[in-house]
Amino acid sequence: MHILPDLFLTFAKIGVMTFGGGMAMLPILQREVVEKKNWATEDELGDYYAIGQCTPGIIAVNTATFVGQKQGGIAGGIVATLGVVFPSLIIITALAGLIAAFSHLTWVQHAFAGIRVCVCVLIFNTVLKLAKKAIVDWKAFLIFLAVVILSVFTDLSPVIFVLGAALLGILLKTLEVKKA
Amino acid sequence: MTLLWLYWEFFKTGLFAIGGGMATLPFLQEMGVATGWFTAGQLADMVAVSESTPGPIGVNMATYVGFTTAGVGGAVIATLGLVTPSIIIILIIAALLKNFRNNRYVDAAFYGLRPASSGLIMAALISLVAIAMLHIDLFRETGSLLDLVDLKSLILAAVLLVLTRWVKPTKKLHPIVFILASAVVGAVFSFGA
Repeated sequence: MHILPDLFLTFAKIGVMTFGGGMAMLPILQREVVEKKNWATEDELGDYYAIGQCTPGIIAVNTATFVGQKQGGIAGGIVATLGVVFPSLIIITALAGLIAAFSHLTWVQHAFAGIRVCVCVLIFNTVLKLAKKAIVDWKAFLIFLAVVILSVFTDLSPVIFVLGAALLGILLKTLEVKKA
Repeated sequence: MTLLWLYWEFFKTGLFAIGGGMATLPFLQEMGVATGWFTAGQLADMVAVSESTPGPIGVNMATYVGFTTAGVGGAVIATLGLVTPSIIIILIIAALLKNFRNNRYVDAAFYGLRPASSGLIMAALISLVAIAMLHIDLFRETGSLLDLVDLKSLILAAVLLVLTRWVKPTKKLHPIVFILASAVVGAVFSFGA
């Protein structure tokens, strides 16, 4: 098969099998990209994944772009990304229409009220997991706390916090180096 | 015009959301308030559906928000907007920076970015809790703390928290199990009524 359709189909398959976000994707990537297709070594995939985590955007998309680019240049990067989002487009669009058709029913509204509580708990668990990795010392904790308080009590855009935190990180680390 | 605006809003989300799919939540919340395209309650439902369907959560949420705002075309445009910055940034990194991961400045920036990203999601969670589990309007009227917290929701949240964090056999279960169970509990006990 030509590399571009192959990239699209393989990443569409990875997209369907990813259930619950970027982290769940790693074992599937390992099987499809490393073992079946030989598009990357285990180490390379680890690197792509790590870079995907520390660049803006969805980790799954970043990793797909990386693998695609290596195999098929710029077109490969784009095609692999389109492949990984394709199943979501189909499934969510179909489901969204269905849910909209039933959303006026009282029991459906009650069910979603229950689901919202569950979503709170699931997001809380995600925050804990992320915070455990992110809060490495008291300065990082202060950044976390400041962002929580400021974004709850002000209308500042999240963009401001992201840019500010990146600059602050560079500033703090530069000062540390100077002191040492 | 809406499609162009939608593309731009999701481009921004893709550019600034750092640390995975849930990191898009604070941006989507702000988007809902700024544009009026969807309410915070609708967004909470979209998060639930995105967690329970195949595909990366961030992509699912973008598709759903896009569809809610402008139909099938909106779903496609929102998703493309979300992935455009990723494609551009990754292609540049792949071409130029062999040692991106070991770059001192990148490392330092992420020292600040990671706690900030967690903080943003935490703040998004707080406003979600206010919608899902509190009656702020009723509390303003009566001033009674008993009216502030929705008791049924509080009990469900406590049970779910224990099951997802401490009980060994249920801890590893997929989120969809808890979402479906909560839907049943919500329907049976008339949540939100």
